[in-house]
Amino acid sequence: MPGFDVIVVGGGHAGCEAALAAARMGCSTLLLTLSLEKIALMPCNPAIGGVGKGQLTREIDALGGEQGRNTDRSFIQMKMLNTGKGPAVQALRAQADKKLYEDNMKRALVREPNLQILEGTVAALNVSRETIEGLTLTDGSFIPARSVVLACGTFMRGKIVVGDQIFPAGRMGEPPAIELSASLTHEGLELSRFQSATPPRIDARSINPDRMKVEPGDLDPELFSISSKPDNRRQIPCYLTNTTARTHEVVRNHLHLSPIKTGSVSSKGPRYCPSIDRKVINFPDRDRHPIFVEPEGRDTTEMYLQGLTTSLPVWVQEKVIRTVPGLENSRLMRPGYAVEYDYVIPDQLTLSLETKALKRLFLAGQINGTSGYEEAAAQGLVAGINAALGVQGHEPMILRRDEAYIGVLIDDLVTKGVDEPYRMFTSRAEYRLLLRHDNAHSRLAETGNRLGLVSDATLAEVFSHRQRIHALLATLKNTRLQPSERLNGALKSRGSATIREDQAAWQLLKRPELHLEDLKPFIAILSNQADGTIKNAEIELKYSGYIARQQEEIDRCASLEDTPIPPDFSFFDLEGITIEAREKLSRIRPSSLGQASRIAGVSPADISVLSIFLRAFR
Amino acid sequence: MGEAPTIAAISTSLGAGAIGIVRLSGAAAISICDKVFRGKLPLAEAGSHTIHLGTIFDTTSGEIVDEVLVSVMRAPATYTREDIVEVNCHGNAVAQQKVLSLFLDHGAQLATPGEFTRRAFLNGRIDLAQAESVARIVSAKTEAGLKMAVSQLEGVLSREIASIRSSILRVLATFEAGIDFSDEDVDEIDASDAGKQLRQLRDRIDELIETALTGRVLSEGVLTAIVGKPNVGKSSLLNSLVMRERAIVTEIPGTTRDTIEEIISVGGIPLKLTDTAGLRPANDEVEKLGVERSRQAIREADLILCLFDGSQREDDHDRALMTSVPADRTIYVINKCDLFRGRPPVFNQGLLPSRPVVISAMTRQGLRILKEKVADKVLGRSFPSPQSPVVTQERHRRLLADASEAIGRAEQGLRVRLGEELIAEELRLALNSLGEITGETFMEDLLDVIFQEFCIGK
Repeated sequence: MPGFDVIVVGGGHAGCEAALAAARMGCSTLLLTLSLEKIALMPCNPAIGGVGKGQLTREIDALGGEQGRNTDRSFIQMKMLNTGKGPAVQALRAQADKKLYEDNMKRALVREPNLQILEGTVAALNVSRETIEGLTLTDGSFIPARSVVLACGTFMRGKIVVGDQIFPAGRMGEPPAIELSASLTHEGLELSRFQSATPPRIDARSINPDRMKVEPGDLDPELFSISSKPDNRRQIPCYLTNTTARTHEVVRNHLHLSPIKTGSVSSKGPRYCPSIDRKVINFPDRDRHPIFVEPEGRDTTEMYLQGLTTSLPVWVQEKVIRTVPGLENSRLMRPGYAVEYDYVIPDQLTLSLETKALKRLFLAGQINGTSGYEEAAAQGLVAGINAALGVQGHEPMILRRDEAYIGVLIDDLVTKGVDEPYRMFTSRAEYRLLLRHDNAHSRLAETGNRLGLVSDATLAEVFSHRQRIHALLATLKNTRLQPSERLNGALKSRGSATIREDQAAWQLLKRPELHLEDLKPFIAILSNQADGTIKNAEIELKYSGYIARQQEEIDRCASLEDTPIPPDFSFFDLEGITIEAREKLSRIRPSSLGQASRIAGVSPADISVLSIFLRAFR
Repeated sequence: MGEAPTIAAISTSLGAGAIGIVRLSGAAAISICDKVFRGKLPLAEAGSHTIHLGTIFDTTSGEIVDEVLVSVMRAPATYTREDIVEVNCHGNAVAQQKVLSLFLDHGAQLATPGEFTRRAFLNGRIDLAQAESVARIVSAKTEAGLKMAVSQLEGVLSREIASIRSSILRVLATFEAGIDFSDEDVDEIDASDAGKQLRQLRDRIDELIETALTGRVLSEGVLTAIVGKPNVGKSSLLNSLVMRERAIVTEIPGTTRDTIEEIISVGGIPLKLTDTAGLRPANDEVEKLGVERSRQAIREADLILCLFDGSQREDDHDRALMTSVPADRTIYVINKCDLFRGRPPVFNQGLLPSRPVVISAMTRQGLRILKEKVADKVLGRSFPSPQSPVVTQERHRRLLADASEAIGRAEQGLRVRLGEELIAEELRLALNSLGEITGETFMEDLLDVIFQEFCIGK
C-alpha cells in the first residue's frame, strides 16, 4: 500500500470530520474503518445538537466541517431549544434519519478526490524516534503515513453488558479493537476505562400516541449550516411520556440484576446520562421521570426511548417499558446495553490534540473520554486540520476559550482531564454570552477560510451580514424617538413605561420587555432590514453591556493567556511551588500561564511564583 | 537557583513587656544560632520542634547576653518551609537587639518587612488570602489587631466566604440546570424564592464589608484628626495625649515594623494621628491652609476630635466647623477650662449636636474623660469578637463589594424578568470575586451541585 499524508482511523463522527478536513486541505488521506457499512453511524440517540452541543455543530459548520450540513440534509425534526431563555443559551436540536445521515455522510466522503476509504483493523502504531510513521493492520500489512488521527470511539477493548450477558464488542454486533490499546500503552500512553449506555428501541407500530404528548418540530425551522437553503420538509413528531411509580417498582424489584449491583460494569459513566436503575436509586422521592420517544428515521419503525437507558436483562427491560403510559403494548426491537471501553487520558494531549508522547499522532472523539456526536465531530475537525497543518509544515490551529466552544472543549480535556465521559454544557463556557450559535460564523468563518475549508463566497456572505448588523446598530445609537401617543401606546401594550421626553432608541431597547420588532413602526430603517439582521442586531444590543464586561475580563486575562511557557521548561525545578502543583504542571506541560492557571491543584500562588520564574527564564 | 540566604529579625509585634522573639529562617539557621548559644547540647543535634534552655553569649567579649528558650523547627514542617530557630528573650529590647546583631555578625541577613511571609508564600506554605493576613500580622500594631489577624489566618473569613460561595453556587445551579437541561424535569425557578435567597446572601456579604472598618482600625489604628481653628490648642492636646501615653513604637532598627511615630494608644485603642495641623509645628502654615485643609482631614478620618476654645465666644470659623464635621464620627472638645470655672462663660455649648467634653490640654484636666469617650466612640461600633470574620484587606473589601453589587444586579434582574443567562452571569461574577479572595474556581463545583440537586439525565 502506498503511503498517505494522513490516515484517519475510525469512520464515526470524529473520523469523518478529520478525514474530510485533511483531504480538503490537500492531503492525501486514508479513512480506515472496521466496516464500510457503519460510517457515521448513530449508535445512541438519533439526534444532533441540543443546548451546548448545537453551538458546537454551528461552529463546526463555520470552520467548514460537515456535521451541520449533513444534519440539515438528513433531519426528520428540527427544533430550537430554550426559546423562553436568552439567545446565548438557545440552540438547535435535530432528530436525524439515522440511515439517511450515514448515506449522506458517505456520499460526502466519496466525493473527495484526495480521500480513500479502506476497511481494516489496526494492530499497531509504527513509531520511530517518537514520531508516528504509519500503521500495521491485523492482516500484517503496513501503511506508511506522515500523520495519524485515531478516532476509534468505544472500540478499544470494548465490552458490552446486558444483564448477565457480557461479551467483547465495540458496538452491538461489532467486534472490538483489541490490539490497539496494547500498542498505545507500549508507546507510553496511559489508558483508563469509561462506560456508556443506550436505551432500548421499540417498534413504532406498537405504541399508543394518544397516551403521550406530541412534540412536533418547529414550523419554518432554522438550520445548522450557512450553506443550507430554507427547508420545509414534512417533519416527524416525537412523543413525551414519563415513568410511573409502577416503573420504579419494577426497576427496584430487579435491581439485583442490574450491572450496577452485580458489578459487571465498574468504570465511570456519565452523571448527566444515568440509567433508569441509577435514577431510581438516586432519586427515590421522584415518582416520575420524563421519557421522550423519538423516531430513528422515515423508513424504519425503531423508536429510541430517551430517559430509559438501562442494561438490565432483556426480559426486565420489556417489563419496565410496559409500565410507561403509551408503551403498554410496545414490542422491543433492540435491548438497551452498556458498553465499557478504553480511552486515553486526554491530559496527555496538547491543545492541538496531538499526543505529547508521539509526534504527528492525533486523537479525537470518544478515545479522549468524551461523549456525543458533536463533541466527537468538533475534535475530529480540529485533529484533521492540525494533522494536515503539521504535514504541510504549518503551526497548528488552536482555538481559545473566548473564541469557541470547541476551544473550551479541548482546553478542558487537555488541561483538566476527565473523570466522566465529557459532554458540553453552556455552563462550561465562561464567555457564554459571546459564544453564541447565532454568531458562530462571524467568530470562525475567517479561520475556516484561511484553512481552505470555507469558500470565499461564504466568507463574503458572513462579512456582509456582520456589516449590516453593525450598520443597523450604529443607526440605532443615533436615533432618538419622540414621545407620541402612538409610541406610548405601543410601549404600554408591551407593559413598558411610557416616555415624556425624546429618548435614544438604544436606551429604550435596553428594556428587557421591548424588542426591535415593537419599534418597527417608529424607526424607518427597520422596515427594509432582513429578519436575520434585526434579530442579530437585537441580540448584540441587549447583550452589549454584558459583552463589554466579558471582553474586559478577556483582556484582563490576556496577559496570562499570552505568556507562553517554553515546551522545554522544567517545572520540577520550581522551589516555590507545591509538590502537587509541580507534578501536575510537569504532566500537563501547559503552553501558557493561562492554561497553567486552570489546572486543578495549581493555586493562584503557584501561578505568581511560576510567572516570576518565567520572567527569569527569558 | 541559588540557595536563599538565612534571614533574621525580631519578630514580636508588641513593644516592651511582651517576650521578644528573635527568629532565624534558612538553611544556616541552626548553625548560626549554635555559634552564640550555650545549652545542654548543640542545636545541631536537636530534634525538630524541640525547645532548649540556655544562654546567648557575645562571641567577642564572652559575656552572657540573655538567658533564653530556643525553639528548633526543621524544614519542611515550618512556617517558611525552611529551618527555623526562634530565640525567646527575656523581654528586654536591648537584649533582643543584641541577639539579632550577633546573628547578623555570624552570617544571617536582616529580614525585610514581611520576608518570612513571602518565603512561606513562595515555598508554597500558605495561600494568597493567608499570606495577606500574615502581612497584616507583620504590620499589626496592636494586640487586638494581632488577635484578629491570627483568627483570620485560621480561616474565619475564608470559612464565611466559602459558606457564602456555596450558597450562591446552589442558587446559580438552579439557573444553570434550567438552561443546560431545559428538556429535563427540572423544576421551574421560583423567582421570589431565589430573590429572597440572594437578598440574604447580599446581607451577609454587606455585613462582612461593614467589618472592614473595624478590621482596618484594629490593624492600622483609628485614623484620627484633631481639628479646630488656629490657636485652639490642637498641638497641646496632641502633646498631652502623646506625653502621657506610651507611644506604641519600637524604634529598634531592623525589626519588621514600619516606623509608627504617629500612633498613640488611648485607653488601649490605637489612634493614628494623621497629617493634620498639630502634627506639624508650623502654625503659620496651619493658618494659611485654614479650613480647606481641615476638611480633607475630616473626610478621611475615622474619628474627629473637634476642638473649641471655651474661653472665647464662638466665631464664624467655629460655627463653620460645627456644621462641617459628621456628628457620628466626632467628639466635641472644649479646651482651656483652666481659664474659667464650670461651664464656659461665653461659648454657646448649645450649638453642638452632642455634649462636649471639657478639658484643659495645659493642665490635663478632663483628659481621662476624653479618653473614655474615645473608647466608647470607637468600641461603640460593635466590635466583633476575634471569632467572627473581619475584613482587614482593602483588596478583600473591594472584591466583596463587587460581589455584593453583582448579586444586587441579579436581584434586580429577577424583578424585571431579565434572561436567566444574564442573572447567571451576575452570579458567576459574584462567585469569581469571592473566589479571588479564597483562590478557588467554581466550574467543577457547579456541575457537582447540578448533578447532586437535580434529577438530570436521559
